[in-house]
Amino acid sequence: MPRRQSALPDKIAIDMTPMIDVVFQLISFFMFSLKVVSPEGDFDIRMPLAAAAAAAPDDQQVPPVRVKLSAAADGSLESITMNGTPLATFDQLHQQIMALVGTDSGPNSLAENTEVEFDCDYSLKYSHVVQAITAVSGRIQDGQIVELIRRIKFTPPKKPAE
Amino acid sequence: MAIRRAGAPSTTDIDMTPMIDVTFQLITFFLFIMNFSEAEQDDRIQLPLSQLAKPVEGLIEKPITLQLTNSGNVIYAGELVAVRDIGTYLEREKMAMRDSGREPNTATVIVRADGRAQAGEVQDIIRICQDKGFERFALRAQYDEGR
Repeated sequence: MPRRQSALPDKIAIDMTPMIDVVFQLISFFMFSLKVVSPEGDFDIRMPLAAAAAAAPDDQQVPPVRVKLSAAADGSLESITMNGTPLATFDQLHQQIMALVGTDSGPNSLAENTEVEFDCDYSLKYSHVVQAITAVSGRIQDGQIVELIRRIKFTPPKKPAE
Repeated sequence: MAIRRAGAPSTTDIDMTPMIDVTFQLITFFLFIMNFSEAEQDDRIQLPLSQLAKPVEGLIEKPITLQLTNSGNVIYAGELVAVRDIGTYLEREKMAMRDSGREPNTATVIVRADGRAQAGEVQDIIRICQDKGFERFALRAQYDEGR
């Protein structure tokens, strides 16, 4: 039978293997479950049914700006019109909106009370709609978002006859 | 002075401390960058780009996410549904909401539509939601850093 020397304290060797196993399993779990998420943002739209909205007239209400987006046969953008005026690009649309609401912002401002109504062709690619919403919603100035119009609505969809 | 016995083969002690330090740092790194939010995202959707689509601060409380694919179908709770059929699912959402004391007009419908989808289909979705009493919408776009 081996005899232990009781006088000298032995160095206790901790078995690290299970801990390292667990740690590596944790690392691999996190590595595999990692999903690279691209940053996304929202355009908030409050759109109750047209009947309910029409029932509440507002003195502050400015007539809505009508933006018509027409589509070519392949769904690409054919033309942009703002209140009947044809525009060539979304930059021009942005300039027109800027000219309309100016730098007036903040509570009860012109930008807050103005509403934009989008009338889009059914077959238009949705990305053009988002471009148009971007053009009227604001711009980036010195890395900051300067908000323009927040009240956005759509005309009812007009499905082409099949 | 300790005297080592030359005859017996001694076990080599590897110092594990730096390795454990590094591995724990790795775990912490992965823990911090892991996205715990329950945002529904689907790789089939290519969101339109917008430079104003800055990530939202704060979570939307119990949103309903409808994802419109390029082919004109809606991904709702992982299922592929035709646009005209989402009314049935929204009705169920509405009932569940009313059971928990919420009204549909207080809920936000997140629309994650593919940039190549037809605008009319997005409007159809909005119209169906409106018919069911939903009126808050969040049109989702991907943040465009390029321009």
